[in-house]
Amino acid sequence: MNWTTPLDVVGRTTVGMLSDFGRFSRFVYEAGRSMGDVGTWLGLTVLQMRKLGVNSLPIALFLSAFTGIVMALQASYTFTGAIPLYFVGTLVGKTVMLELGPVLTGLALSGRIGANIAAELGTMRVSEQIDALETMAYNPVSYLVVPRVVAGTLMVPVIVTFANVVGIAAGWITALNMLDMSSEQFQFGLRLFYDPFDVTFYIIKSISFGFVVTIVGCYQGFNTQGGAEGVGVATTRAVVIASVLILVLDAFWAATLLQQ
Amino acid sequence: MSIQLTNIHKAFGPKKILRGLSLNVEEGETVALVGFSGAGKSVTLKHIAGLLMPDQGSVVVDGNEVPTMKREDLYKLRLEMGYVFQFAALFDSMTIQENVEMGLVKKGGVGRKEMAERVSESLERVGLKGFENRLPAELSGGQRKRAGLARAIAYRPKYLLYDEPTSGLDPVTTEVIDRLILKMKEDLGVTSLVITHDMKSAYNVSDRIAMLYEGMVVEEGTPDQIRNSSNPIVRGFVEGRPEMIEEATRAAAEDGEDRGTGDERNVDHGHRGPPGLQRRDR
Repeated sequence: MNWTTPLDVVGRTTVGMLSDFGRFSRFVYEAGRSMGDVGTWLGLTVLQMRKLGVNSLPIALFLSAFTGIVMALQASYTFTGAIPLYFVGTLVGKTVMLELGPVLTGLALSGRIGANIAAELGTMRVSEQIDALETMAYNPVSYLVVPRVVAGTLMVPVIVTFANVVGIAAGWITALNMLDMSSEQFQFGLRLFYDPFDVTFYIIKSISFGFVVTIVGCYQGFNTQGGAEGVGVATTRAVVIASVLILVLDAFWAATLLQQ
Repeated sequence: MSIQLTNIHKAFGPKKILRGLSLNVEEGETVALVGFSGAGKSVTLKHIAGLLMPDQGSVVVDGNEVPTMKREDLYKLRLEMGYVFQFAALFDSMTIQENVEMGLVKKGGVGRKEMAERVSESLERVGLKGFENRLPAELSGGQRKRAGLARAIAYRPKYLLYDEPTSGLDPVTTEVIDRLILKMKEDLGVTSLVITHDMKSAYNVSDRIAMLYEGMVVEEGTPDQIRNSSNPIVRGFVEGRPEMIEEATRAAAEDGEDRGTGDERNVDHGHRGPPGLQRRDR
């Protein structure tokens, strides 16, 4: 039996993963260093805030509205006869604000924003547009990466806030119209376990999701190789890696910030 | 004000692209670097602009050793270079005017009025006046290349680096681009390096031609010297005769074997240098 083969595979995989992590860390460091070049990225960030943020609102609101409706109906179905119905407000409020609003929005945006960034920068890489920027003395990280990462990090919490409001409102309307609940009952449940830290929690989560989605998209786009196929690979990787990281971060924040 | 490449080696993984390339481009001179597709011509050009770093060797531009320059200094030097990309590399989301303005904005020192004049002048030089508000996608391949050239000359660089400026173009557009390259030299006095595998273009535009083969310059000389070269590799390339190149390569390999000891362990499997390697004195 050849014992070196499995060891070889493990070794190569480990080295490959560490190299990838090293390259990614260097890229993040480079992006941080390029923040000093304010003159280049500031104006472009406003443009990206509209492109990545405002234009992503419809999909985020659509998702959260239907999540709010389903949450209210499922809560009522689960509670019937055993738990007072006003807990529907508690469940909708807590789950939408703490979990479903940020995570579903983050996952949707990894598809919309992450894929968009990776495909755009990947195409610029393979068509030498990034090299062209370099030859005209533009730092491509300041010009392309920083505006997208800053815009994403700032705008995702705003989008999640809107998504939370719409999700809870949809749950509220559902409770009034389909569950025979009064507005006072829903509000009572909503306020019952509300803690101002809930807002801090979802904002911290959303900021981290916005950062991850945009930096991963930029990294994959910047490191695209080959032609159209390479752009496809980079786009897929951006979505998959960002989605996985969102779920990992979700667990991380719950484990670190929600422990009493 | 010159470009000096000395003993450049560059590999991508196990693939050795440049194996000791040396080339000088003197002030005001236009040199064409010719060679097969995949020979490393574009890689050479990217070393000059500092887009790639050599594994070994020296790249000196304007008296500066490019690989060891600080980023700020390298960016200043890049504003003295205009780079014309093979597929133009225009920014898709910008109009032609915005594309041409990019270098001017970065270089600074020009007001809005002067900037508009420079853009207009650059586009006029390449025959694209009136195309300011078009997007790159609305232009033909030849027009895009000309727009790329306008972008490169707008900020008045001292050096122009052309990467396959005529590849994929019809003969008439090729001639138009060749004339533009000559006009840039006459009007702006720039030092130019033109990467091409189109010999007609190379003869038209250059003061000197260098032939790149297996990662080295195997011959350089005036267009006439290259046209009449006795080097089988150069002749094969210039005349488009692959059998001549195959024969020269085979002869070089046999010559290498004859000179070996016959002992497999002593045979040099490394690079022997291309067949017919010689440099013509200028």
